[in-house]
Amino acid sequence: MDSILAVLVGVLMAASVYLMLSRNFVRFVFGLTLLSHAANLLIFLSGGLTRGHTPLIAPGEVVPRSGIANAVPQALMLTAIVISFSVLAFALVLAFRTYQELETVDTDEMRAAEPAAFGGSGSGRPGVVG
Amino acid sequence: MSWLVVGPIIVPLGAAVIGFAARGSDRTQRAVSLVAALGLAAIAAALLSAVWNNGIVVAQMGGWPAPFGITLVADHLSAAMVAVTALIGLATVIYAFGDIRRGEISYALHPLLHALLAGVCGAFLAGDIFNLYVWFEVMLIASFALLILGGKPSQLDGAVRYAALSLIATTLLLSGIGLLYGLTGTLNMADLHLRVQDVENQGLLTAVAIVFIFAFGLKAAVFPLFFWLPASYHTPRTAVSAVFSGLLTKVGVYALMRVFTLIFTQDVGYTHQILLWVAGLTMVTGVLGAASQNELRRILSFHIISQIGYMILGLALFTMFGLLGGIFYVIHHIVVKANLFFVAGAANRLGGSTELSSLGGFYRNTPLLAVLFFIPAFSLAGFPPLSGFWAKLLLIQAAIEKQEFVMAGVALVVGLLTVYSMTKIWLNAFWKARPEESGPPPPPLPATRKWLLLGPIAALATITLSIGLYVRPLYELAERAAAELMNPASYVEAVLGPDTSIERARHGAGLGGAAE
Repeated sequence: MDSILAVLVGVLMAASVYLMLSRNFVRFVFGLTLLSHAANLLIFLSGGLTRGHTPLIAPGEVVPRSGIANAVPQALMLTAIVISFSVLAFALVLAFRTYQELETVDTDEMRAAEPAAFGGSGSGRPGVVG
Repeated sequence: MSWLVVGPIIVPLGAAVIGFAARGSDRTQRAVSLVAALGLAAIAAALLSAVWNNGIVVAQMGGWPAPFGITLVADHLSAAMVAVTALIGLATVIYAFGDIRRGEISYALHPLLHALLAGVCGAFLAGDIFNLYVWFEVMLIASFALLILGGKPSQLDGAVRYAALSLIATTLLLSGIGLLYGLTGTLNMADLHLRVQDVENQGLLTAVAIVFIFAFGLKAAVFPLFFWLPASYHTPRTAVSAVFSGLLTKVGVYALMRVFTLIFTQDVGYTHQILLWVAGLTMVTGVLGAASQNELRRILSFHIISQIGYMILGLALFTMFGLLGGIFYVIHHIVVKANLFFVAGAANRLGGSTELSSLGGFYRNTPLLAVLFFIPAFSLAGFPPLSGFWAKLLLIQAAIEKQEFVMAGVALVVGLLTVYSMTKIWLNAFWKARPEESGPPPPPLPATRKWLLLGPIAALATITLSIGLYVRPLYELAERAAAELMNPASYVEAVLGPDTSIERARHGAGLGGAAE
């Protein structure tokens, strides 16, 4: 099971790198999503996979029995999933708004923040206050 | 006592929540923002004095003992960083009152600003590595929203680059944390310090260390991972880019300083040698990039990068004296750099542009602004007796002591090139006459708004000047912080307690993760 998951993490990472190399920002966002999946699985995997018992403490005892599933990686993953979900929502809205304003999703064609000498529309032109 | 450590996170977070709730009323929002910024400053000052007098302050959240629960730790470095964060937060809030008109974008600006401050303070105070990641994300999400406030095309363009690279960095940080947990079975940084020594596969640990260099280095904008910074920092409103320039990259530097003194110190010859090269290349590329720019905020953005190199140099030397210099540099730099962005914003208000070619005549028209630019600019370049001189002196001395003569030379040359950039700004924006073709300057600002802009600039310039003239207190603070970083035993003892009973309890429970 460990090795299957390890290969899966590797495949997800490779796929995400491939997607993120694209100049299309939407593809980049998909790549980022895959990357966060890979990171989550990596935490799960490195926390140790056990088919043991639930981490519950029996009545009258202070520590759980040995052989239980480790709960910490799952807590970390849950937090990370929530964060990556909110970040994904932001990235998609950003992609959409950028497409509306700049009429492109090609990051090479986004030059609005570059100085005029580098093909951009520049910033801080005379008379523009803000 | 523990409230002092929680306060710097709760106060701005509360202000953000109340601010969003009160978004209908500009007046309430501004009042909340100002009160919270003052409150944060007061708490940060109290925390700093508590740490100064009684040593490291630790708070265990929910009463869970150290390696199990969430720990907040304020040692000298954390407390100093929180204090300077509060200072910049207060200055930015006041500056924003003058810079951003009522009803403009302020409905979201002040709450987001406080959310950002909460994230930054949280990252400084986090005692475990996963919470450090979470606070990083809080800070990032707030900064994304601040960056695109106003929604101009250039801002969206900048935000695409900024968000893309920042998100790669944090996702890799998360992977690094996962691997580190797999190797050691703990997330608490003090506990990690003890447990990394028992890891069998030290090579894998070094590999994880490189993941952390990459993740934090991207956030700190070191060579060759800095491209997002000059592509985005000049696009948002001045108040926003000032707080970014002062604080965000420094969180990355802080995180590097923390993990590469507390956790990854097994293979110093390898990891810190990489950091040394990174530091040198960051200094050089940053300053050369700045020399090629002609827009105020872009020049300043590239100078952030070159200055980050100095701070990393302090860490990479990995001596008490080097870290002292590095910490001194961070604190001096936050004050100076935020102030320079404030000046750039004021120049934009008074001169109608941030392009050097269309500015001019400030020395004649607003001599006060000229003086207020002169102090931080030449402090950045390292002129005595300003704060930057002492910071550079300490670092170069440390480099010579460690016999890193090349790095000492690089630091000196980069300082010289910084003078070139600052002189370029001085000549073009301040000394030369205002060019005819840029037309008449914008109408003068009302006196209140002008002073809301110039007040924070003057206050920060005074701090720069007084650090330079009376260097002892900051030197001692940096010395104590560096001593704590070089001898983590006091940090570990403050967090985990003097006895090792917790260690034994954990081994009994078999909750150690895959390492066992």
